[in-house]
Order: sequence, then C-alpha cells, then structure tokens
Amino acid sequence: MLRTEAHSAGLHGFVAAGLRLVRTTAFRLALLYLAMFVLSVGLILGVVYRTTAGFLEQEIGETIALEVAGLQDHYRNYGLPGLVDVVRTRSAVANNNSIYLLTTAAGVILAGNLSGWPAAVPNASGWTHFKVADYGGVNDRPSTAQAVTFTLPGQFRLLVGRDMSEIDQLRTRMFRSLGWILGATALLGLGGGLLMSRGAMRRIEAINRTTRQIMSGDLTDRVPRFGGGDEMDRLAGNLNAMLDRIERLMTGMKQVTDSVAHDLRTPLTRLRSRIELALLHETEDPEVYRSVLQDTIVEADRLLATFTALLSIAEAESGAKRQDFVPVDLAEVVELAADLYEPVADERGQRLSVDIRGKPVVHGNGQLLAQVVSNLLDNAIKYTPDGGNITLVLDGPAPGRAACIEVADSGPGIPPDMRDKVLQRFVRLDTARASPGNGLGLSLVDAVATLHGAKLELSDNEPGLKVSLLFPPEARR
Amino acid sequence: MLMKILVIEDDRQAASYLAKGLKEAGHVVDVANDGKEGLFLAGAEHYDVMIVDRMLPGRDGLSLVQVLRAAGNDTPVLFLSALGSVDDRVKGLKAGGDDYLTKPFAFSELLARIEVLVRRRGAAQPQTRLSVGDLELDLLSRSVRRAGKAIDLLPREFSLLEYLMRNAGSVVTRTMMLENVWDYHFDPQTNVIDVHIARLRQKIDKDFPTPLIHTVRGAGYSLRAAEA
Repeated sequence: MLRTEAHSAGLHGFVAAGLRLVRTTAFRLALLYLAMFVLSVGLILGVVYRTTAGFLEQEIGETIALEVAGLQDHYRNYGLPGLVDVVRTRSAVANNNSIYLLTTAAGVILAGNLSGWPAAVPNASGWTHFKVADYGGVNDRPSTAQAVTFTLPGQFRLLVGRDMSEIDQLRTRMFRSLGWILGATALLGLGGGLLMSRGAMRRIEAINRTTRQIMSGDLTDRVPRFGGGDEMDRLAGNLNAMLDRIERLMTGMKQVTDSVAHDLRTPLTRLRSRIELALLHETEDPEVYRSVLQDTIVEADRLLATFTALLSIAEAESGAKRQDFVPVDLAEVVELAADLYEPVADERGQRLSVDIRGKPVVHGNGQLLAQVVSNLLDNAIKYTPDGGNITLVLDGPAPGRAACIEVADSGPGIPPDMRDKVLQRFVRLDTARASPGNGLGLSLVDAVATLHGAKLELSDNEPGLKVSLLFPPEARR
Repeated sequence: MLMKILVIEDDRQAASYLAKGLKEAGHVVDVANDGKEGLFLAGAEHYDVMIVDRMLPGRDGLSLVQVLRAAGNDTPVLFLSALGSVDDRVKGLKAGGDDYLTKPFAFSELLARIEVLVRRRGAAQPQTRLSVGDLELDLLSRSVRRAGKAIDLLPREFSLLEYLMRNAGSVVTRTMMLENVWDYHFDPQTNVIDVHIARLRQKIDKDFPTPLIHTVRGAGYSLRAAEA
C-alpha cells in the first residue's frame, strides 16, 4: 500500500516535472526547431530518392520502349521466324535482367525466358507488374518485374520486361538508410534545439534573477551581459539603462526629500516662532498683531511658491507632460519674456539686448518654455550689477540642433566646479545668498530642458554667465 | 458691489472660510456641500457668480458646470482646484468655467477675480472705445488720449492699459495681469508687474493732477476715475 503510494507520488512528481518541462519556453522552442529540422531533412531525402530510384525506373522504361521498337521492326522485316530467333538469342544470354515472352494467340510459347503469360493486368500506361518467381525468372529468388505487352499482327503476343529485383533491393536499402538518417536527424534536432534554447533561457533566467533581486530592494544589481551585442544583450543593456534611470530618480527623490525637510523646515520654524513670540508678548496694541500676521502671510506665500516650484520640477521630471506637447514658436516665447523683463532690467540701468535670428518651432510645452526663459532672464537681471549687459539670443536650426536659446550676462558668473551643482534643488552660491530666491530656478530650467530633450549648458561669458539651451533636431518631430 | 454668490465646496471647513470671507466683503453667500445640492441651488436661485470646487464627491465640478451650461445657465463660474497645471485649467475653462484659481490662493485674489467676472458679464457689447474719466483708449486706431492729449504707448503697455480699463473700478491682481496680458500661467519670481505699472503710471498719471492707477495694498491695482 505504502509502496504504491510512494510509487504514484513518484509518478506524479515525474508527470509534474514533465508538464513543467513542456510548459517551458525552452522545450517549446526545441520542439518547434525539431519539427522544422525533420521536415526540411525529410524534404531533402525525398528529393534524393526521387532523383535516384525514380531515375533508374525511368531509364528502364525507356530501354524497354527502345527494345520493343527494335523487335517490332525486326518482325516487320524478317517475319515471325526472325523475331523468334532474336527473342531466343536474347533470352539465352545468362545473367541478364531482360525478360521476353512470345506466344501465339492461344498462349503457346514460341520463345522467351518466362514460363507463362503473367496474370497481371496492364495499367493505364501499358505497364504490367508481376512477381517473377511464379514463372521461373532469371534468378532463383522471387522478384518483381516490370514489362510491357502488346499484340503483333497475326495475334502473336509479345512481352518485353526487366527484372526489377535489383532496383527493388536498392530501393529497400535506400528506404532503410533514409529512415536512419531521419531518426538521427530527429535526435540531433531535439538535442540541438534543447541546447540552443536552454542557452537563451539561461540568460532570461539570469534576467529574472536580477529582477527578483531588485524587487527584494537591492537597486544596485544589474543584468549580466554576455557580449556579442545580440538582441539578448540589447535587452540586458536596455534593462540596465532603465535601472540606472530608476536609481537616479530614486537618488534624486531622496535628495529632494532631504532638501525639502531642511529647506522647508527652516522657514516653517521661523514662521512658528514669529507667531509664538507674538502670543507671548502680551500687548493690547492690535497693530503689533496685525504686523505679525502680515509677515506671516508673506512667509507663507514664500513657502507656497517654493512648493509650487518643487511640484513644477517634479512634474517636468516625471515626463508626463510630454503627451501634451504642441508645436511652440520659440520666437514668440522669447519676445514675450523679453518684453516682460525689459523694464525690470531698464530699472536697474541694465541693457537687455534681444537678438532673434530665426523662427524655430519646437515640440513642447509653451508655458514651461516661457517659464524657463523668464527664469533665466530673472536670474541674469538679479545677479548682474546695475548698469551691466544682458543678452538674449534665439538662434534657428544648425547642425545637431533645432534651436538655441542663449542668455548671457556680465555678472559674477558661476565657477566651473559649481556649474553642475547649481542645477540641484535648493543649491545657491554663497554670493547669491543676499538676493531673494529659493534656489529652484535653475533646477526647473534643467528639468524642463530634460523634458524637451534639450541640453542645458552653463559657460563662461567672460565675464559673466552664459546659459545655453540647445534643442535637438528630434525635438521638432 | 454686492453679489449673491453660490459656493459649491465639499470640504466644510474650506467652505465656511470662504463663506465667512465673502460675507465680510459684503456679499450674500449660499453654500452647497456636494454637487447634487449645488445643482439644485443653481437651478432654483439666481446667483451673480458661482465658486465651484473642481473635485466634488458624487458629481465632480467639471460635469456639474457642463450640466448647468447645457441647461442654459450662464452664471459666471470660477473653479477652485488643487490641480494647478495649465492642462487642468484648460479643462476647467472648456467645461464652461470662466476662471480658474488654484488652491491655496490669497483671498484678495479670489475677491478681485469674482468681481471682474460679474462686471464683465454686465458689460456692454464689444466696444471700440474705452474711457475712464478723461482717459480714452481707441481700440481701432490703437491710440490713447488723456484730457485730449495723445499718449504714446508701447504695444504691451497698450494691452496692459486696455485690460485695466476694461476692468475699471475693479481690483486687478498681478496674477490676473500676467494671465490676461502675457498669457503667463506661472508666477515669475520677481514682481515684474509692478515695474510695468510704474512705467504705465509715468505715461498716464505723471503729468496729470489726479492719478487714475491706484495701488490696492495686498491685492493689486485698480484703475478708476477720481471719486466724484
């Protein structure tokens, strides 16, 4: 009883394992591969068979036809005795595959090496197939023959044929070897298929392992690459690139959370202390409370502006807005921003010169692009000393770009080692601490540039800062 | 200007703040806490303006306004929403809203906007000439005169003055000017509008005894003729 159960469990396990095997892509691929392999080998063998055995049969048929024509000629020229002579002579040749029989209408044998007229009925094309043994053929063993029969004038019947035993033998041997070849092919195909698909599957399994590792929380793991640059490698490369991006986003997110915690907590603390102090400071004067409340609103507005900026950056970084992209006339965007900021620069005695050299149209979000240009102008005006120069240039397509927006100022500039850093959220240069701002302006510019596939370049304007926004040709679409 | 206002807002605390603020500004306020009640009140009473939260339980603000508009109700609607993107705004306006304000907002901003909405509704048909006191603006010849004296304005100054004159007597906030004159739906960090207004004042008010452009503390600006 126990034994049976164990046995059935074992069987069950085996069946389950078998089912699992059948369900694997490797097995299915191998099976498909095998089927294709066997089919093509079978096709090739079929062609080989037809061209050898078939060719021989055809050859024999043609020889018989020629012989028949010769005999008929002979009969016409020399009459029955001549024909009988020839048939006798030819029948007498030993080890000959030829079969002859000449009879009268009544069936009396006049000449030939066949013991009697075969019972077989000729087929549509006049060929008769029969077993030779019954009629005492040329060889001792039974073999088949193929012959053509016809009636001569005077009701004499003539049969000319060939013993087919050699061809039959060849055919049997051929069939047998073809069978072996097919069998070996099937085995090789199955083995090869399994091996090949197992190879591919092992790599997929490696990807699966990495995925599980990442799901368990380790974002640093990467899919191994095998080299060779095939589609598997490309898949691995793409997955790794995706993971890099996710990791970068996660790091960015962590950094943002940290910054938000720090940079929003400070003003919130300030806000709270101000209100608390006002309450502690007991006074009957409503003006005191009033001024505290007004300051509180200003502080709250600043906080809200920071939040709005953070959200805009996050939204731009998420890339979700890309779906709503429309053609944007950059000249219009630049003109409008210049128009808005020109009086501000003018008030500080700065010269804002605008140079629009083309009318490039890019695929994008008009509001965000407007915000980018106004942020850049705002920065330039803020950090350029009174009486300085600011230039805003819009250039059209050039090799490698669809458009370029450039804002340059004659301010203090940004040291090369700080240029990457200022793009981070809340990062402000010590020289900028005195002026108002939340350290998010360039972060937003950077995020919007990335959203549009554009490149943001900070360079030295000698003196001052030059910010260039290069739109790639693809951005036009 | 006294207005009868319907507030449709599901957050009871926010609704009561709104109602309190609006009443203090001298308006009459009804509050509906969901879309169904809002739809009922909007159909039963006449209001000068409706303040509708975009996201309401049951029926959201967008479809509520769509239903009202389909029924022929053309009461001005201002949407309030925590969704601040330009696309959300466009959706709100497409659904039949007249203005869109993102939470959180300054109360002065809300007051200025609803007043402009109501006045605009009452305004006469398209005008070619606007005039406030002795200031005249001709939209066809794009010329401006004050007390008969021609004033030269840059195109953008002209648009800004036109916007102020169309809303003469009302408070116009900086955000409203940015939205309507520059089509900027974000907040530039610097108070650029103040600089533009200062320039406009130089041309409109400087050489005249009575100023027309007035600063409204904590809110924005207002263009109005001296009180008679």
